Amino acid sequence: MTTPPNDSTQSSAPQSTPADELKAIFLTCLLDSLIALDSGVKVREDSSLMSVKISESALLKVMTLLKQDSRFDFDQLQFHTVLDWPEEQRMECLYLLNSTKKSQELLISVSVSREKPQLPSVSKLWAIAEWQEREVYDMFGITYENHPDLRRIFLDDDWQGFPLRKDYQDEFMLRKPW
Amino acid sequence: MVTVEIKTKISSLDERINAMALQGESPLGTQEYFVNMGPQHPSTHGVLRLVLKLDGETVREIIPVLGYIHRGMEKKAETLGYRQQVHLTDRLDYLCSVMNNWVVSAVVEKAAKIEINDRIQTIRTIFAELQRVQSHLLWWGVFGMDLGAFTPFLYGFRDREKITKIFEETIGARLTMNYIQPGGLMYDIHPDFVKDVKAMISYMKPMFKEYDELVSGNIIIQERLKNVGILDAQSAVALGASGPVLRASGVAHDLRKIKPYGVYEKVDFSIPIGTVGDCWDRYSVRMLEMRESLKIIEQLIDSIPEGKHLTMKPGAKIRPPAGIYYEQMETARGIFGVFLHSDGSEKPSRVHYRTPNFHNLWCLTKIAPGGRIGDLVSIISSLDVVVPDIDR
Repeated sequence: MTTPPNDSTQSSAPQSTPADELKAIFLTCLLDSLIALDSGVKVREDSSLMSVKISESALLKVMTLLKQDSRFDFDQLQFHTVLDWPEEQRMECLYLLNSTKKSQELLISVSVSREKPQLPSVSKLWAIAEWQEREVYDMFGITYENHPDLRRIFLDDDWQGFPLRKDYQDEFMLRKPW
Repeated sequence: MVTVEIKTKISSLDERINAMALQGESPLGTQEYFVNMGPQHPSTHGVLRLVLKLDGETVREIIPVLGYIHRGMEKKAETLGYRQQVHLTDRLDYLCSVMNNWVVSAVVEKAAKIEINDRIQTIRTIFAELQRVQSHLLWWGVFGMDLGAFTPFLYGFRDREKITKIFEETIGARLTMNYIQPGGLMYDIHPDFVKDVKAMISYMKPMFKEYDELVSGNIIIQERLKNVGILDAQSAVALGASGPVLRASGVAHDLRKIKPYGVYEKVDFSIPIGTVGDCWDRYSVRMLEMRESLKIIEQLIDSIPEGKHLTMKPGAKIRPPAGIYYEQMETARGIFGVFLHSDGSEKPSRVHYRTPNFHNLWCLTKIAPGGRIGDLVSIISSLDVVVPDIDR
């Protein structure tokens, strides 16, 4: 009874660790550099990863900076995939970058139109992008400028349509078989 | 369906092969020719097809042709609820089924903010490490067989059976296991689990000496692996390699250490790394990893905390808030990641699997050209590819 009750605000909010502070500094530094390249940079809030939205025109410049600048050093492209938004007539391309030296991850998001999807290829920066972009072309129909070998990767060369789009239909698909 | 305007020229496999036939000239003035390796070939470990451009016995170029076992997993996942997601992943990399279950469960738990207790975390970690040993043992046996030695295959399967029995006892399945689910485990461990795991560890430990005497110390094996298929550290990172393939090149990148999950923070283990990045390093790294895994299991097996094996009501609907979620873990072959996009309903609107084998196989097209066709088999085997994981 004599001991004062614990201050609830202090116990519920843990002190920020040096790792958290470093991360915050990293993010601020990153955002400043990205805004210098593309004024429309926005942080995507609803993500469990550190993620930023950039415009289509700035993609190659931003990616080159993130790969080559020693402050960021994103030396791996972890995955490249797409979210389809048919009602908004756009597709959102996501690139997850990883830095093996700094143990940081960053998700880059770019929107393209559904009718004329075209993006610059990043396979010059990360060689694995050659296959990842082929997979995205195969499944979503996004084409890449300056890609060394753009063709389907899993499906046959003469396959019609792009299966992972939300409005894809073919005669093999079953609707609720049970 | 929206008509898509394609501006860029789309190539095809035939065009690619024809273009490859025209470029380059044999330095010896010999005629270059093409050979199809696979899709049905015993040393491609599944239905992987490689189009090889050969000059005598030297490999000039490789085109991997994928998709023979493409099942549209990502499309299928969009029609399933969050609890059902785990049942697809054991068919991706069938030798890491429990670890794949764990990644999916972890991402759903992160999305829906499901709390799990220490007992679940400890059991998950033990099962993941058991499976790492099991997977590496199978690889070791098959690796010997690919190089022309049949005996390691029998030894590998004999010892793998001990672990498979433990899995069968608790889970009921021997290969494509579904054990970890969002919120915990499907069933609690078998009453004999702790006893059997301890017996397995004391059985396995002296076996490594036998493996070394049988295969690792064999001069023919060493000559066939050393300085073959060298992947240096810089290109391993650039090519997106992960797991033992990356570590054999000298990059100490292991998510169990860098971003610990489960109870890896509490246990003491080291990450074996290679120096040269050749087939021999990839072999040694996996052999040492098995010993480390047993060390982890030994530290955890006596101290499994008490508690429930499932922290939520079985069959309860999971509806994570809208947003994007990603979780990745270190499986026996590298980083397996699951990307989830939720729109707030009972089913995810998009699921993407970042699979280790897709990225590791890509290294093959860079390291094999210039070598002999006999070495190609040992390189494929040392990369330890599982084809269903590539094609999804």
